[in-house]
Amino acid sequence: MLIPVDWLREYVAVPTDATGEQIAADLVRVGLEEEGLHTGGVTGPLVVGRVLTKEPEPQKNGKTINWCTVDVGESNGTGEPQGIVCGAHNFEPGDLVVVILPGGVISTPHGPLEVSARKTYGHVSAGMICSERELGIGDDHDGILVLTRKFADDDALISSLRPGMDAIPLLGLDRETVEVNVTPDRGYCFAIRGIAREYSHATRATFIDPAIALAAKAPEPTDEGIAVELRDDSPIRDRVGCDRYVARVVRGIDVSAPTPRWMATRLTEAGMRPISLPVDVTNYVMLGLGQPLHAFDLDTLEAPIVVRRARDGERLKTLDDQDRALDTGDLLITDRGGERPVAIAGVMGGAETEVGAGTRDVLIEAAHFEAVTIARTARRHKLPSEASRRFERGVDPALAAAAAQLAVDLLVEHGGGTVDPEVTDVGSPTPPAAITMSVGFPTRIVGVEYSDGQVVDVLESVGCDVTRNGDLLSVTPPTWRPDLTTAEDLVEEVARINGYDGIPSILPTPPGGAGLTHAQRVRRTVANVLATQGLSEIWSAPFVGADRYAALGLDVDAEVARSVRLANPLSDEQPLMRTRLLATMVDGLRRNVARGARDVALFEFGLVVDLDGPQRNAPTEDVGVLPTEETLAAIRAAVPPQPRHVGWLLAGDRDRHGWWGEGRPADVTDAIDLARVVGESLAVTLHVVADTVAPYHPGRCARVELADGSVVGHVGELHPKVVAALGLPPRTVGAELDLDVLTRAAEVTVQASTLTAFPMAQSDVALVVDEGVTAAAVEEALREGAGETLESVNLFDVYRGDQLEPGKKSLAYRLTFRAEDRTLTTDEVSALRDSAVKAAASRTGAVQR
Amino acid sequence: MSGPNTNFDPVEVAALDPQVIDDAVTAALDAVARAVSLDELKALRSAHSGDRSALALANREIGALPPSAKAEAGKRVGQARGRVNQAFVARQGELEAERDERILTEEAVDVTLPTGRRPLGRRHPIELMSQRIADLFVGLGWEIAEGPEIEAEWFNFDALNFDADHPARQMQDTFYVDPPDGGLVLRTHTSPVQARTLLDRGVPVYIAAIGRVFRTDELDATHMPAFHQVEGLAVDEGITMAHLKGTLDRLATELFGDGISTRLRPSFFPFTEPSAEIDLRCFVCRGEDPDCRTCKGTGWIEWGGCGMVNRNVLTACGVDPDRFTGFAFGMGIDRALMFRTGVSDMRDMIEGDVRFDAQFGLEI
Repeated sequence: MLIPVDWLREYVAVPTDATGEQIAADLVRVGLEEEGLHTGGVTGPLVVGRVLTKEPEPQKNGKTINWCTVDVGESNGTGEPQGIVCGAHNFEPGDLVVVILPGGVISTPHGPLEVSARKTYGHVSAGMICSERELGIGDDHDGILVLTRKFADDDALISSLRPGMDAIPLLGLDRETVEVNVTPDRGYCFAIRGIAREYSHATRATFIDPAIALAAKAPEPTDEGIAVELRDDSPIRDRVGCDRYVARVVRGIDVSAPTPRWMATRLTEAGMRPISLPVDVTNYVMLGLGQPLHAFDLDTLEAPIVVRRARDGERLKTLDDQDRALDTGDLLITDRGGERPVAIAGVMGGAETEVGAGTRDVLIEAAHFEAVTIARTARRHKLPSEASRRFERGVDPALAAAAAQLAVDLLVEHGGGTVDPEVTDVGSPTPPAAITMSVGFPTRIVGVEYSDGQVVDVLESVGCDVTRNGDLLSVTPPTWRPDLTTAEDLVEEVARINGYDGIPSILPTPPGGAGLTHAQRVRRTVANVLATQGLSEIWSAPFVGADRYAALGLDVDAEVARSVRLANPLSDEQPLMRTRLLATMVDGLRRNVARGARDVALFEFGLVVDLDGPQRNAPTEDVGVLPTEETLAAIRAAVPPQPRHVGWLLAGDRDRHGWWGEGRPADVTDAIDLARVVGESLAVTLHVVADTVAPYHPGRCARVELADGSVVGHVGELHPKVVAALGLPPRTVGAELDLDVLTRAAEVTVQASTLTAFPMAQSDVALVVDEGVTAAAVEEALREGAGETLESVNLFDVYRGDQLEPGKKSLAYRLTFRAEDRTLTTDEVSALRDSAVKAAASRTGAVQR
Repeated sequence: MSGPNTNFDPVEVAALDPQVIDDAVTAALDAVARAVSLDELKALRSAHSGDRSALALANREIGALPPSAKAEAGKRVGQARGRVNQAFVARQGELEAERDERILTEEAVDVTLPTGRRPLGRRHPIELMSQRIADLFVGLGWEIAEGPEIEAEWFNFDALNFDADHPARQMQDTFYVDPPDGGLVLRTHTSPVQARTLLDRGVPVYIAAIGRVFRTDELDATHMPAFHQVEGLAVDEGITMAHLKGTLDRLATELFGDGISTRLRPSFFPFTEPSAEIDLRCFVCRGEDPDCRTCKGTGWIEWGGCGMVNRNVLTACGVDPDRFTGFAFGMGIDRALMFRTGVSDMRDMIEGDVRFDAQFGLEI
């Protein structure tokens, strides 16, 4: 909301020396946040000058400049004419112009510019004759500003101008406009009237509601005026769409009469373009008082007017020339007894009844439309207007007559014509309901000891009617405060008017908590482990397109079915929520590579979506209502499963090259090792099983399982096609694990066994197996055969070559044995080894070399 | 060794001549003193005390002496051999020490050679910031609660008193899940965790919710479509706005340093009444520099929103609003990180460039 300061001064006694900055600071205290301060960008000396001489001097570059002398009175300190070079030609000797003298500052697109006397074109030019654009008051840059032309319609003003006069107030360059942010509960602050009221709360400056005098001046309603009928057959939430409609008629006005300059200036400063007198007057009243108005061309209307909901299939061509299909929820202004729509109530007027150049008689509508109806219509037609913005936030229903009075007064004053004595004023808004509040309630909520007097004073000062009965107050809010409906709303008034800065700072004393949850601690551990393993954590926005699933070689339909789709994605290319982290992590990898990194190791934690059936709808409920058990269950059930995953990607070298030698490229075993390390960090044993799933290389992919076979995730080298499709570094490896599965597995408390000090014994075996036999299978067989005293199995060599048949490989293991209760003898160890080998032979066909 | 020669007169046995023995000792000691390496010493040892050395020869001759002469000769030769051996041992010790010292000198390496065969990875600073905030609240006796990112509208809006037709609901720039009337959104704030917590845990409750939230903002230097919030909720008997202020001041001090307090400004949020905006005392100028660029001379920086939990929220979550009161607050973690560490472009936080993480340690 833009607040021209001189407009504010009209409604509230702002101290004469208060600056825009101070006003903004005062308004912040009562909850109107400062958004900006707008002032003229010119600082003096800026004076009126009369051109005495003008000598054109053609230059070598083809341009002609004018060497001028200008009378600037005594403002230059000497009274002598000022010599100025001017490039413009749209003036003659005798014209009154605006001169900035050396030392003055104008704003330019490149910042402030201090004007100085300078040598140019063979003269010393002591200042500048200014254009409107240089002064920031218009776009006209073709020539300089000639005051005699600008104020041609104001002889009195022109005759008062004297060379040397300060031009800053003359051009309004001393005017300030404060911009504040109005929160959506404060509809009344979308008007100078409401801001003035708040300024008075903040500073105790005297505020006299301008609506009071206007309402007093407005004639009593009559029965003979334009007939208006409020006929809402389908109120929303039991509230009728229109509960008050005031219509006033002004006849014989000159719609081409200019809008008075002060009004145009205020409108411009408040952010609205002056258009024509009738339109400007309605906007002026809306900005000043807060009542949106509509002006109809009376000749195009046929009473009676009916305010009703739209019918199926009805259409209206609105002011913006759009032919709109209306919805049965839309509230309409219709004429011909309800036959023809002429406006969408509170949102936009119709083109057929618009005030135009030929209009003579005008009907001014000042109505009170209900917030929800207007909000829905504005949203439905994507038509947020100044009017709808105010109705949505609540307009004072008592204001209509006063606002209409101001409008007709201004129309008659500036456009001529006469006001019909008949006044239509129908409907009866529901008066605000009284709120009962204990006088001690504000103290209980805010924690500040307010006296009873303080509480009552504040409530009365914001316009409430307060009656007291013992400790209970019965508080009736004013008509302009529809936001005050509960005792807590009143508490906020008491707290903010007394000042939030008076609230003490006290740390509460909770009963004590249980610390982080197991899942939260697990997440920290895993993240820290991955970081210490050399991986850097990233996070990515979870939006993907189906094409990404295709690039990953996934079953696109199945993947899309597991995902949810956004109705309004930022990009139509990425409408889906990811089902896996790798789908968006690859972008991070690519970005690092694009920026020159060669060896990249990334990890990410995040939620993914994993719909396990059709997406369900979540019921909604009115605010302030505890849903039934069934509804709550349905709401919870509709929220899609969102497991927390951890993923990693490695590209380039796992161990870097350097002076110590070559690097070692990351391969699938590195990705698998990280899974093992993560498992070990949580004391969870993970099993690695060969698998073939996208997006991995079918021969270099593993499934990671818990001991009970539950799948934790997959690890592998990315499929060469995936690498090519996404432009990733060759041989990129990755993994994605379900952290929730790991977290549950890590909940088991480890049971410690006693450490034994008996010596260990080692025995090496080399086993020849078929190429297709996995190391895991051989190891499992060895463990099985060796029995309980086997402490560890270490595969220390894998050999393929001349000494073996083709299709065979030799696996060399060191078996370490240790008994809990004795030193193992050599014979025992040999027997255990033989037993292990025998098991390996029978399970995997292994032959000892 | 030959048998005893009973016919010999020891005086006449040349090898046992005292002068010869003394000479042998002198020669040996000279040689030892001149030896400069362990190898040389080893060779000398063989020459001067080995089997064929003069002293060994002399020793052998003792056996041939008549018993009356043996003792004296034995003593003389024994002492001589003892002196020589001692000298060898001592010199050996000296030379070994020299050798050990030389080896250590030779083994010196350039410890300034670069390391980093496998550099340390990093946590994302937003996560570190989140952890720090979580630890602070845990220290205060609060717990950390969580919720889903794809959330029911009821939790995100209805339960929080955002009326379907209220402008505040339209101002949230919400991502809706398709179909738009299906009642699902990407949570626009961490506040739905308030409702989940009140329903699931009941009261009294003191929780902070930390997590990712979404708004339909295009990515630029100051906006991200996904960002992070911390939400606080305390509902108990006798909770007042003073407790809210106390908690916020503590959070500000912990995150931004001693003396950094907060200021409350009246505002509006559907889920709180009374409501306030939280301003943070400018941590750069502390309100003392009218030309401060961080706070634009105001001395305060906008930080978040807060207030006393609206009775409609308590009612919707099954809490008796006439018995319990509560406060809630929420602020951006990304913004706090920007304040704390001077990050100037939000894109650096989300693009995954590891150089961003690498500026920080594993603590923040």
